[in-house]
Amino acid sequence: MSHKKANLFTYDHPTCHNFSANAHEALLDKNLQTQLSRITREGFQQKRFDAIHRLDEGEFDLLRDRAQEIKTDALANLDVYLERFEQNVTAAGGKVHWAASANDAREIILKICQDANAKTVTKGKSMVSEEIGLNQYLEQNGMRPVETDLGEYILQLRDEPPSHIIAPAFHLAKSEVEDVFRRHHGDLDPARDISQPAQLLNEARQVLRGDFISADVGITGANMLVAETGTALIVTNEGNGDLTQSLPPVHIALSSIEKIVPTLEDASTLLRVLARSATGQDVTVYTTFFTGPARPADLDGPKEFHLVLLDNGRSKTLGSEFSEALRCIRCGACMNHCPVFGSVGGHAYGWVYPGPIGSVLTPLMVGIDEAHTLPDASTLCGRCQAVCPVRIPLPELLRRHRVKSFTAGKAGWLTRVGLRLWSFVASRPKLYHAIASFKVRAWKIISGKRGYISYVPFIGGWTNTRDMPSPQGKTFMDLWKQKNK
Amino acid sequence: MTNQTSPHKKTNLKNKTVALFATCLVDVMRPNIGFAAAKLLTDAGVHVVVPEGQTCCGQPALNSGALDDARKVARTLIDAFAGYDYVIVPSGSCAGTVVAHYSELFKDDKKWKPAADDLAARTFELTTFLVDIMGADIADVSYDGVATYHDSCSGLRELGIKDQPRKLLGGVRGLELTEMQEADVCCGFGGLFSIKLGEISTAIVDKKTDNIIATSADTLLGGDLGCLMNMSGRLSRRGKNVKVYHIAEVLAGMTNIPPIGGPDGEDKK
Ligand code: SF4
Repeated sequence: MSHKKANLFTYDHPTCHNFSANAHEALLDKNLQTQLSRITREGFQQKRFDAIHRLDEGEFDLLRDRAQEIKTDALANLDVYLERFEQNVTAAGGKVHWAASANDAREIILKICQDANAKTVTKGKSMVSEEIGLNQYLEQNGMRPVETDLGEYILQLRDEPPSHIIAPAFHLAKSEVEDVFRRHHGDLDPARDISQPAQLLNEARQVLRGDFISADVGITGANMLVAETGTALIVTNEGNGDLTQSLPPVHIALSSIEKIVPTLEDASTLLRVLARSATGQDVTVYTTFFTGPARPADLDGPKEFHLVLLDNGRSKTLGSEFSEALRCIRCGACMNHCPVFGSVGGHAYGWVYPGPIGSVLTPLMVGIDEAHTLPDASTLCGRCQAVCPVRIPLPELLRRHRVKSFTAGKAGWLTRVGLRLWSFVASRPKLYHAIASFKVRAWKIISGKRGYISYVPFIGGWTNTRDMPSPQGKTFMDLWKQKNK
Repeated sequence: MTNQTSPHKKTNLKNKTVALFATCLVDVMRPNIGFAAAKLLTDAGVHVVVPEGQTCCGQPALNSGALDDARKVARTLIDAFAGYDYVIVPSGSCAGTVVAHYSELFKDDKKWKPAADDLAARTFELTTFLVDIMGADIADVSYDGVATYHDSCSGLRELGIKDQPRKLLGGVRGLELTEMQEADVCCGFGGLFSIKLGEISTAIVDKKTDNIIATSADTLLGGDLGCLMNMSGRLSRRGKNVKVYHIAEVLAGMTNIPPIGGPDGEDKK
């Protein structure tokens, strides 16, 4: 039973091209609007602020500098670190699988699951698995993937994609979650009280317990990959990642190549900025390191360990003008502080990664034809860059996409001809001032003494909701000349 | 109302010449801001000129990805302001374009890159120039009202403008400054964004105007005319009576004309 809105994207059917229409709907969605102001403004922003201010003055900025250096070095020597990582995973008894494309990754994972005769596959939260449409693919091939992160579990029941990279179901109100639980957990007592978040979490745990135990394969993401030890790590707040990783006989960690860091020390520096930037915690509740499968003396842990390393265009991005985007550690701070994300939420962006970093990554992953709308979905206010723990110059990267899409003719003829005309005139000061002078006088006559106009043709986008202040009457250049004759 | 700046200067610029770049928006919409900026600079002891070759900094093209158009206009500005010691701009956004983006814009142009860098090094936003370079104070000017100040994004995050305007406003007699929540969050203007994605722009300016209204201030001040027009336009459509002025107008004691978007007094004469 699906309760999905008709216009929601899937990984292979992005709706970025519809950004304006998606945004229009999002602005009318009352539940979403309530959640947005509750979660982004009162929640994430405040918590991050408090976490930073618990540190010594200036300490967080030093950590960010260090985090940026670590990621920059890791990316500059990516081949070396990835090779070292593979050697160390292999030495620990695990196996690294290189996946050039989303399709490669899906097939590799399916093969591992089939070899394990898997039916039930538990899953920890993984944005990379969203990027490759893993659940859909496993289902088509007869497996039963079960999301174990509460937010992802809710979305799986609702057949919806995440709307935020760390809080996937934040767009839903409590009552909507209760609703979907009652519909899907039909064998539980209908009279039970699940109006509170803790009760919902409990119920999900109860339902999932059986799956944790019966799962044949567990799939998790990995927040970082440590080259010197061949260790992958995940951070969660629910502990579901641990159960997904350690209970089934086979563990597959799905990650992407830019998640590599050289040393454990580096990983711990990044963890310090990650938790504070993401949820405003000093550390997340669970930070799990795993290196290979269970060793003979270990009491638990998987018998097999596979690490699937996805490229999916990243190595191409590495050599491009967008390479800095690969520093991203997926903390979500840029979207939590973005006024556009804060107005329309994540689904409006029309693909897996929303917000400022999404508007940089999505055109690289699904192409500029589909996603040229996204770099425009920003006021370039720069707040994203100001909060990014690895100091990615997001507005500049958005501008670079705008250049690409303008050059590719995506801007529409009116904008192109308009800008061409304007630059022609604005590079001829005498002509420019004569036209400005005339335009202002005419405008002044039209607008009269009210001080503003309520409708201006061609700029309905402004005047539908805002008055347009009237000009004072003459241009500054005219008046200045008059006065200083 | 008179204004007098008593410059205990950080840099001795007395009798130096500074060039004023009024910006295309001030030129067309609100010359008063240009005159106010000129007065503040003159009172601070420098000689002000207004080069006739100025038009626009090129930002609309730059932010649209139309780099050829942006460069064409930027070269015009570089030419117009060649040779002046300082170029002063009553806008953090336009100053930011020159200071933070011209170098990148001309990175592959051997001929223009040095001139672009040179202009960037001489260009300052008005309030930062007055405070950081001239060490100017505001005295003998008054404004009767409770004002709240919006930090425009480019000025704040590209040029670090935050304390300078507040310091200067502190010298205005009768003016009480009250801070709004999220003063440093975007007003939703974003240039062409405000027209192309008008609905989202409106949602953002709604939150901004909510924050303004919540202060009960009777006056909204800021350092960028584009943002001020956006907020004024929304306040007026929402039927809210808040006077909107550019900070230079208040600092120069030149609030004797109707506020931005306010009814025209001149015609009543
Ligand atoms: S771009 Fe920066 S702020 Fe945004 S998710 Fe990535 S690391 Fe976090």
